[in-house]
Amino acid sequence: MKDTETNEAISIVMAGHVDHGKSTVIGRLLADINALPKGKLEEIRARCRRQAKPFEYAFLLDALKDEQAQGITIDAARCFFRTAKRRYILIDAPGHIEFLKNMITGASRAEAALLVIDAREGIQENSKRHGYMMSMLGLRQLAVVVNKMDLVKYDRGVFEDIRKEYGDFLERIGVQPLAFIPVSGMGGANIAERAPETPWYDGPTVQEQIDSFEHREFPSSLPFRLPIQDIYRFTEHNDDRRIVAGTIETGTIAGGDAVTFLPSGKKSRIKSIEYFNGPVKQTAAAGEAPGFTLDTQVYIKPGEWMVKDGEPTMHTGTRFRVNMFWMGHASMIKGRIYKLKLGAVRSPVKLIEVLTVLDATELTTVANKEQVDRHDVAEVILETPKPIAFDTIDASEYTGRLVIVDDYEIAGAGIVLSEVATQESSLEEHIRAREIAWKNSSIAAHQRIKAYGHGAKFVVFSSLDTAVGERFARALERDLFDKHFKAYYLGMENVARGLDADLQIPGELRDDHIRRLGELARILTDSGQIFITSISNVDDYDLKMLELLNSPNEILTIHVGENRFDNFQPTLQLDAESDTAAGIEAVCDLLRAKNVILDYQI
Amino acid sequence: MTHLDKLEATSVHIFREAYRDFKSLVMLWSIGKDSTVLLWLARKAFFGHVPFPLMHIDTSYKIPAMIEFRDRLARELGLDLIVGQNREALAAKRTFPDGVLPRVACCQALKSEALRHTLSGEWPRLRMDPASGQYAADKSSEKFTGVIVGARADEEGSRSKERYFSARDQQSEWDVGDQPPELWKQYKTDFAPGTHVRIHPLLDWTELNIWEYIERESIPVISLYFNQGEGKRYRSLGCHPCTSPIDSDARNVSEVIDELRSGKFSDIAERSGREQDKEDSGGLETLRRGGYM
Repeated sequence: MKDTETNEAISIVMAGHVDHGKSTVIGRLLADINALPKGKLEEIRARCRRQAKPFEYAFLLDALKDEQAQGITIDAARCFFRTAKRRYILIDAPGHIEFLKNMITGASRAEAALLVIDAREGIQENSKRHGYMMSMLGLRQLAVVVNKMDLVKYDRGVFEDIRKEYGDFLERIGVQPLAFIPVSGMGGANIAERAPETPWYDGPTVQEQIDSFEHREFPSSLPFRLPIQDIYRFTEHNDDRRIVAGTIETGTIAGGDAVTFLPSGKKSRIKSIEYFNGPVKQTAAAGEAPGFTLDTQVYIKPGEWMVKDGEPTMHTGTRFRVNMFWMGHASMIKGRIYKLKLGAVRSPVKLIEVLTVLDATELTTVANKEQVDRHDVAEVILETPKPIAFDTIDASEYTGRLVIVDDYEIAGAGIVLSEVATQESSLEEHIRAREIAWKNSSIAAHQRIKAYGHGAKFVVFSSLDTAVGERFARALERDLFDKHFKAYYLGMENVARGLDADLQIPGELRDDHIRRLGELARILTDSGQIFITSISNVDDYDLKMLELLNSPNEILTIHVGENRFDNFQPTLQLDAESDTAAGIEAVCDLLRAKNVILDYQI
Repeated sequence: MTHLDKLEATSVHIFREAYRDFKSLVMLWSIGKDSTVLLWLARKAFFGHVPFPLMHIDTSYKIPAMIEFRDRLARELGLDLIVGQNREALAAKRTFPDGVLPRVACCQALKSEALRHTLSGEWPRLRMDPASGQYAADKSSEKFTGVIVGARADEEGSRSKERYFSARDQQSEWDVGDQPPELWKQYKTDFAPGTHVRIHPLLDWTELNIWEYIERESIPVISLYFNQGEGKRYRSLGCHPCTSPIDSDARNVSEVIDELRSGKFSDIAERSGREQDKEDSGGLETLRRGGYM
């Protein structure tokens, strides 16, 4: 029998307030169960003698120089060891608030937690904060280690007071602790050996407790959810497979199953389950990272979800209520665009409203805050410019959690509580406000039409390949100009170089480029011109956004080439291969039909 | 799923995240068992393909069999292989074997520095034509922003603090105290201009897992890892002046596994044959902060 199959490593995080002795408890445990590499204990003892400082078990873990200098654990360090029962990955999470993000990193990788509380100091701010974070991160197995019992003379009363107070706290946040263990890391009491000093205690030792933690099972009984990381088409070695790849979050799937992609709503059927250098498989389940080929060729994008027909579907929406904590140095503020990552979804996101901010230590809420500060736990409403698919946390914790990126760093993490129905999106709200405030020109639109001899219009050519749309767009500009119309073509690259030059991350914030183009179209069409642009790789929402931004003026969308829209119907569809002149004639017919250019003037 | 299945799935997921978000991606290949498993996992992630180049930093002191193995496997798998070297230090004989530098400083020069300048495209690189097996000057000086590395957390203290996606600044320096959080399956896939990210798909693997996986998948590894009859084998591969074989009778993968699981090496550190680690108490950490893998 394979060792790894019977004896799988379980990961446990050690948490608790700074100086409560987490590293000492781990160091002692490793020493007492003989889990240290040969000579390690002696090496550290010798180094302490040389440097004339008292030996501490914590030194065993504090492998980095920085730490020994400061005496605190900086990062979530992992150590690997085994007991007679199985193997462990122990994650030593830092207790100092400055290192909260390291604690979170450690806790999110763990299947169980030991939370250390100093018997003498009692429950401190981070004892509670860590408890709260772990519940929010989805850690369900927690045991509390009351350390430094030697310093309170193994007083049962001290232990029981902490058990009562911390137990009440955990109950309020919905956590059921598995045990409270009175220990002394220094003295070794109840670490691996039952301590004679605590005859009143009949619960497990630390070693017994960790041996009784259970593995978290992959959630294969929940509905099927695949976050699509990518769609591969590697053509080398005559490979013609088009493979949808990702790691299955929940549920199971089999060859032949009918599937839907969200948010696009496209449908197909599983043709095969792909796996390199392994047996041919007919099914796949949560935790696995296979690939899938489909029966039909559908255009889907990385970041979509694949769900199974006949099972509960996901929410798709742009607004949601989220419970999150913030680790960023800069506060989360309204009006700034952040990046959201949820499953394989990557989307711009904005803070719309701060509902409440929770004081994690006191469990009281603070209302009327306008922003989310560092280390705040807050309930907020977030909005994405385009719909994304997600589950709410009550349906599935695996597909209802997200992180927020600010300035290249993960700065926030949260869980989706509910979808928020929107009367109007923040874009619609903006346009409504803009139009109310818009100061109309003293020259009426019909006066301009009369003077210029044509109406105003925003004409958008969309295509998969920029060059194709641009060819038609430039030809149309030339054609209309030659007919003495006021037509102007502007390509996206000129917008990017000029108007958009201040946008920090070109490409990342495509929505911002689209938004500015739309605002520009609103102005140019107001001036009575025919404003032409060409844009590539746009989706349904991009074009709807342009339409909205250009309103109340009108837009014509002409799509050239293969149509990959989910539902969007362009005003006119042209063949990419078609003759430029013929294509332009079709566009002019359309402009005539829309009374933009008038028959008698041609 | 077995433990190996889970490790494999996590590594595959990390590979795909990296490939999705980093346009200039490269994978380091040291020819050793870990980076050869890494190569195999890339083929798992991309269904038999390796859609980015591999890079080897050749100190010129590698055991000759390693270079032969490298070239043979690269040709067999049709890999896009880039080789970099600190030509200046070698020409000037500024190395430990030349008696000029201490071991750690030699690692810094021949590995860390060579790596930094080869990644950035500042120093000349060689690129192999997989059809002929010949090396020619690399015409591209592409600067790589995502670097996939086979570091494992159980190797040594400082590696146990790594993230799966770990940012390095313009000088390749690693700020251990201020690392980004990683939670659930969300990693640092955004990076500021001028910085690069090291990606560690093997972080959770142990030495034993590596060998178990080599056995399960029949992954080709270099024969230096096995006793060829002299009662010695390499447990960890490096440059010949600083790496010595260990006493061992293990002649094949399954004997190596037995030896690690319950035999004589079950409680002796893997890098015990690597001399540079012993020079001062934080030898490898000093190296890593300066860009060593």
